[in-house]
Amino acid sequence: MPKILSIIIYNMKKVGNHTSISRILLFCLAVSLTFSLPSFAQDAPAAAPAAAAPAAEAAAPAAAGDPVKGKELFNANCASCHKLDAASTGPKLRGVAEKHDKQWLYKWIHNSSEMIKSGDAAAVKLFNENNKVTMTAFPQLSEADIDNILAYTSAPAPVVENKPGPVASASGSGVSETIILGALILVLAVLIVMLVLVNRTLKRVAAANGVVVPVKEPGVSVWKAYAKNQFLVLVTAILLLLASSYYLYGWLMQVGVDQNYQPVQPIHFSHKIHAGDNGIDCKYCHSAARVSKNSGIPSLNVCMNCHKNIAEFAGDKDSVYDHSKEFYTGEIKKLYTAVGWDGATQKYTGKTAPVKWVRIHNLPDFVYFNHSQHVSVAGVECQKCHGPVETFEVMKQFSPLTMGWCVNCHRETDVKVEGNAYYTKIHDELAKKFGKQKLTAADMGATECGKCHY
Amino acid sequence: MKAIYKIALAVTVSAGLASCFDTREPNYQYMPNMYESAGYETYSESNAFANGKEGQLPATGSIKRGFVPYEIPNTPEGYEASKANPVPAEAGAYDEAKAKELFTIYCAICHGDKGDGKGNLAKREKFAGVPDYKARQITVGSVFHVETYGLNMMGSHANQLTQAERWQVAQYVMQLKGQ
Repeated sequence: MPKILSIIIYNMKKVGNHTSISRILLFCLAVSLTFSLPSFAQDAPAAAPAAAAPAAEAAAPAAAGDPVKGKELFNANCASCHKLDAASTGPKLRGVAEKHDKQWLYKWIHNSSEMIKSGDAAAVKLFNENNKVTMTAFPQLSEADIDNILAYTSAPAPVVENKPGPVASASGSGVSETIILGALILVLAVLIVMLVLVNRTLKRVAAANGVVVPVKEPGVSVWKAYAKNQFLVLVTAILLLLASSYYLYGWLMQVGVDQNYQPVQPIHFSHKIHAGDNGIDCKYCHSAARVSKNSGIPSLNVCMNCHKNIAEFAGDKDSVYDHSKEFYTGEIKKLYTAVGWDGATQKYTGKTAPVKWVRIHNLPDFVYFNHSQHVSVAGVECQKCHGPVETFEVMKQFSPLTMGWCVNCHRETDVKVEGNAYYTKIHDELAKKFGKQKLTAADMGATECGKCHY
Repeated sequence: MKAIYKIALAVTVSAGLASCFDTREPNYQYMPNMYESAGYETYSESNAFANGKEGQLPATGSIKRGFVPYEIPNTPEGYEASKANPVPAEAGAYDEAKAKELFTIYCAICHGDKGDGKGNLAKREKFAGVPDYKARQITVGSVFHVETYGLNMMGSHANQLTQAERWQVAQYVMQLKGQ
């Protein structure tokens, strides 16, 4: 698009009249507005988060415990199995002090399996209600510690204010795009009206000041003169041919290249949140990239390694998100449906449904590519080929994945031979042959057809 | 006035061209059968099998080459029993650099680079109660057991790390605990 625009601008210059420069400037302004508006929209900070205020402190503790110390102890000892308001490995703990007698709780926390064995009715019932998972014994917690923890769990639940989602920048990308487009059309229309008005005013000023705009004398029309000049016609024809073959070539060369391909996936997975904000290593999920030809689509049990615990999108107050909290939580629910996870009972139901991911990077069958060679042996960063994925809200193909692109990198990149015994001998011999210490993949035969096509 | 018409034309043409380009659809190809092969593609849909998928689970009881069965079950008793396990010979020599690399990818995100339970996900309160290795009664055998089966909120990492790699990481965990 910018290419076309620049050509048009150039043409306008040739036509030329006294207002052309200012018009070009205005037009450029319009173009720059066109491109800068969406970025302004994105920069607009989301509404300040006002997540649940810690109302806990205000409430009177159930016992003579200190809820602040209790929170620390809870997070250090209990939180890996218990949540305050939701079932986890163990039951939810808010208000647990009201359900059981204090002495009973001390005994339970110090050694629950002993109580179950001794046949304490309440203990056996609790054990059976919670999938018969034995709770780790905590003999190291003193009774005062437990009082503190109970004071923390007895604090009333913070009131969740029903403000518009703290992380929602817009209800959906579709709507905001339409608004931006509408605004752009409006801006362009205003600019056109301004141009007309300016032109009219200038003419009026000219008339008032007695400036006479020279009237062109009708002569031979430019087009007729041009058609008569055979040299000009020939040159134009050649130029047109060259230009059209240039564009035709460019068009033919992009056939089969899926750069920027960005399909809609069945579950919206944001690489920005996972790899960017949370900083999870690419290879945590794409673990096969280290050891195999394919980088692999992570199976859903990898998602569940974290999402068993993270059932709701919480967001971070420092980050701006493209979608609302409800939207992201809904996507996590889609994962639960697909993998057959029941959050209420903390069990797999066994009812699964495959997720039909849309493949983005797809090399044709006639070319061989191996991830492990590049990731583990060469130590190439994932971002070198896949781009800044940690900033992508929606995944897309960053590189063209054409042969020219592959070969270019093989020509330019020095092979990492240090610390790799496999290369010791071959490096010495090739270094002697080429008379240089740094070797590229191409020096080692990476540009031979048979390396990748066989 | 002519210039305005030209601007209008430029806008229309470029808007038209831009709207034709849809990044949500793949580009057209010269020889599609080179890209969409007749053979089954990995993970593709296929009516060759009853469940309509190309990817099938291995037959029950089959094991891959070099696989050593781990016979301790995923139970609290099994966890206690695993504590006595030494590092087996097939885990290979301890390679600290390699183990550290794997630990950084798979464990440090929650457990922290030093194993103090202060990884990024713990700091961002996605996970609470990630323990410090020093505060837990763990042995190299029990660390391997937990990597294989998971424990409480931690999931199994058996499909991301091979057995040998898990033993390497377990030794690195014990090294961090000892520091």
